[in-house]
Amino acid sequence: MDGSGLRMAARQLVVLIRKELRQLVRDRVLLGFTVYIFSLHIVITTFGASDDLRRAATVVHDDDRSAASRELVQRLRAPYFTVTGEVSDPRDGARALDEGSASVFVDIPEDFSERLGRPDQQASVQLLIDTSKVSLGYLAAAYAGRIADGLGSEIARARLARAGIVEPPPRIQSRERTWYNFTLDLRASFSLQTLIMMMSIACVMLPATAAVREKERGTIEQLLVAPVSPLQIMLSKVAAMVMVTLAGTALAVYGVLEPIFGVPMRGGAPLFFLMVALYASALAGLGLVLATLARSSGQVGLLVILTVLPMLFLSGTSTPIEGMPQGEQIAIQMLPLYHFIHISYGIAFRGEGIGTLWPSALAVAGIGSVFFALGLWRFRRQLR
Amino acid sequence: MNAARVVALARKEWREIVRDRIFLSLAFLLPVLLMFVFGYGISMDVENVPLVVVDHDRTPSSRAYADRFAHGEHFDFRGLAETERQGEALLSQASVEVMLVIGPHFERDLLSGREVDVQSFIDGSFPATRVPRALETYVEAIDAAATAEIQSAWLARRAGVGLDEATAVLHPIKLDVRYLYNSELRSIWSVAPTLMMFVLVFVMPMLMALGVVREKETGAIYNVYASTVTRGEFLAGKLAPTVAIGAVNATLLWLIAVFYFGAPFKGSLACFAVGTLLYLICTTSLGLLLSLLVSTQQTALMITSISATIIGFQYSGFFNPVQSLTGSSWVLAHAFPPMYYLDVVEGAFLKGMGFGGLWKDELILAAFGVGYIAVSYALFRKRSRA
Repeated sequence: MDGSGLRMAARQLVVLIRKELRQLVRDRVLLGFTVYIFSLHIVITTFGASDDLRRAATVVHDDDRSAASRELVQRLRAPYFTVTGEVSDPRDGARALDEGSASVFVDIPEDFSERLGRPDQQASVQLLIDTSKVSLGYLAAAYAGRIADGLGSEIARARLARAGIVEPPPRIQSRERTWYNFTLDLRASFSLQTLIMMMSIACVMLPATAAVREKERGTIEQLLVAPVSPLQIMLSKVAAMVMVTLAGTALAVYGVLEPIFGVPMRGGAPLFFLMVALYASALAGLGLVLATLARSSGQVGLLVILTVLPMLFLSGTSTPIEGMPQGEQIAIQMLPLYHFIHISYGIAFRGEGIGTLWPSALAVAGIGSVFFALGLWRFRRQLR
Repeated sequence: MNAARVVALARKEWREIVRDRIFLSLAFLLPVLLMFVFGYGISMDVENVPLVVVDHDRTPSSRAYADRFAHGEHFDFRGLAETERQGEALLSQASVEVMLVIGPHFERDLLSGREVDVQSFIDGSFPATRVPRALETYVEAIDAAATAEIQSAWLARRAGVGLDEATAVLHPIKLDVRYLYNSELRSIWSVAPTLMMFVLVFVMPMLMALGVVREKETGAIYNVYASTVTRGEFLAGKLAPTVAIGAVNATLLWLIAVFYFGAPFKGSLACFAVGTLLYLICTTSLGLLLSLLVSTQQTALMITSISATIIGFQYSGFFNPVQSLTGSSWVLAHAFPPMYYLDVVEGAFLKGMGFGGLWKDELILAAFGVGYIAVSYALFRKRSRA
């Protein structure tokens, strides 16, 4: 192909991209919804999100009714716990957990203060936690432990003083510092997660449904008789999707993530957008592969759910994959989202540059190329 | 409402579904596949978190302390780093998530009964699902255990008493924690029941999403506009076949949860079946409602899939207990059916409950179903708006 031929091909591509974009923009409902998920939706979900135990409804059975037991109940308060009621029968406490009206039940025995009063006795307090709300369950135990230890060490100090030991016992004091997200304000982290999630579905679903629609309506025939190649048709759909994603991401980053939630973008916004473009084209390629497999919108919708949901589920929640079985490790590494999470969090929070992120970027590009080649091959075959 | 006409419409819908062989097989395959993928893929547990230790003391005591992290279930010991800078480099590339720094006088200070500082640096930049806060509590728990042992040994020496007595003196309050309903925290069988809620909230709306809009796009809807079929009959005919598919799917999922993943089913099966049917009607009519609202299949699929994802991931109580949500999210979670069905699932599977404890949730589910259908009825006009 000589220079003029190449220019011609490029011009044709531009025309096709404009067609794709125009189709998207003209569907006002779809446009409005796309704007919503890249802006207001991130605000709403992020403000409401919480990873922490907050005001876990706690029911108390205090059989001791002493100053010491009152003190313990007093300390089980906000932000972690909120005592919603006292029961005189421990069975009522268990019932409250059953009904879900409480998630923690504290049972203080009769001899609580008596044992505390002796110099060398331990008083045990029972803590029942509803672990069907599990992430809460572990934290509830940890925080209740912290509260009990606080009160316990005060009593222990008094006991030691009475025995004539005044110096404090040795202890390991842990000083934790959270890096890259110093205040441990999970909103910053969560807002980026929400953006990635919305982006991931849109990037597969939009091109897949757009392509299937052309099949359903028969407009694909028009494209096929037009003097453009299958490659140009595919490229135009991918390019249009990348542009939409970049616009949406810009809206999200400059309208929500930076100003409202303070995502630092330490590695620089240009690299971030470049990586978003790379990721979006890989996913758009996947969308087109799915479109070649489906004959109707109904089919492609289910196929997208079948591929994207596991990807969201596995890459988003994955603990370090080194701990997983070999097969699972390989499977997860084939998901572009897994690498993109590493890349985007690296740029946004850890301040990584392309110098350390290139292996992940290469992986996304590689997976994207496979999708693309597969899509092109299937597309060409269907034309014959 | 004329029953014969509803049956005729439902049969027409059913035939349409059956003739699209790929759609039909996906309708049954999708929930089962998702159940297996999620059942095996779920690991919200924090395990094998890569950890590096910078030990400036290099004494038996400091090594014993570091060993507590290396041998625990939560951390994966990746060796020692010479300097903080080396550890920081590992942190910045996310090759480790926690760095522990032990100061140069760790053993000496401990032996002389002083307070010893240990610093831990935790990577807080991970997605919220990895919960850096959980890492904090793990580090604290290990420190607390180490401190308790050291203090007991110290007091035993100091006061000349036994170790057990020293422990009792130092820890006057002993917290006896019991985890209810699932004593081994978060194993597959405890998650499998809740996966039913999660899988169905995606599958049902997606199966129904194109129900009306497809006819709008192809123009087939005009047959309905021109016919004697009433609005109610039309909607009922649309819903029935998909709810029937859903019932088969729910049964399959229940079988997988109980017999494959070994989830205990302790409650009333009748109560669970009623709750599940109500949930199927809710989720299906939500899809129908969205299908009525939009005018193209593309829009219907986008809005339905993303709404289902938002509801399923963020407002269902699956990842975040609804109780710990705040503000707008708390309100939104209560505005969708999944959290009530989650109560039914957990109640019937893990807590052995029946209608006595779950009627309120089922009533709310029924109200959602009626509400969605009523709104659909109001929105559906047999005359297209100009």
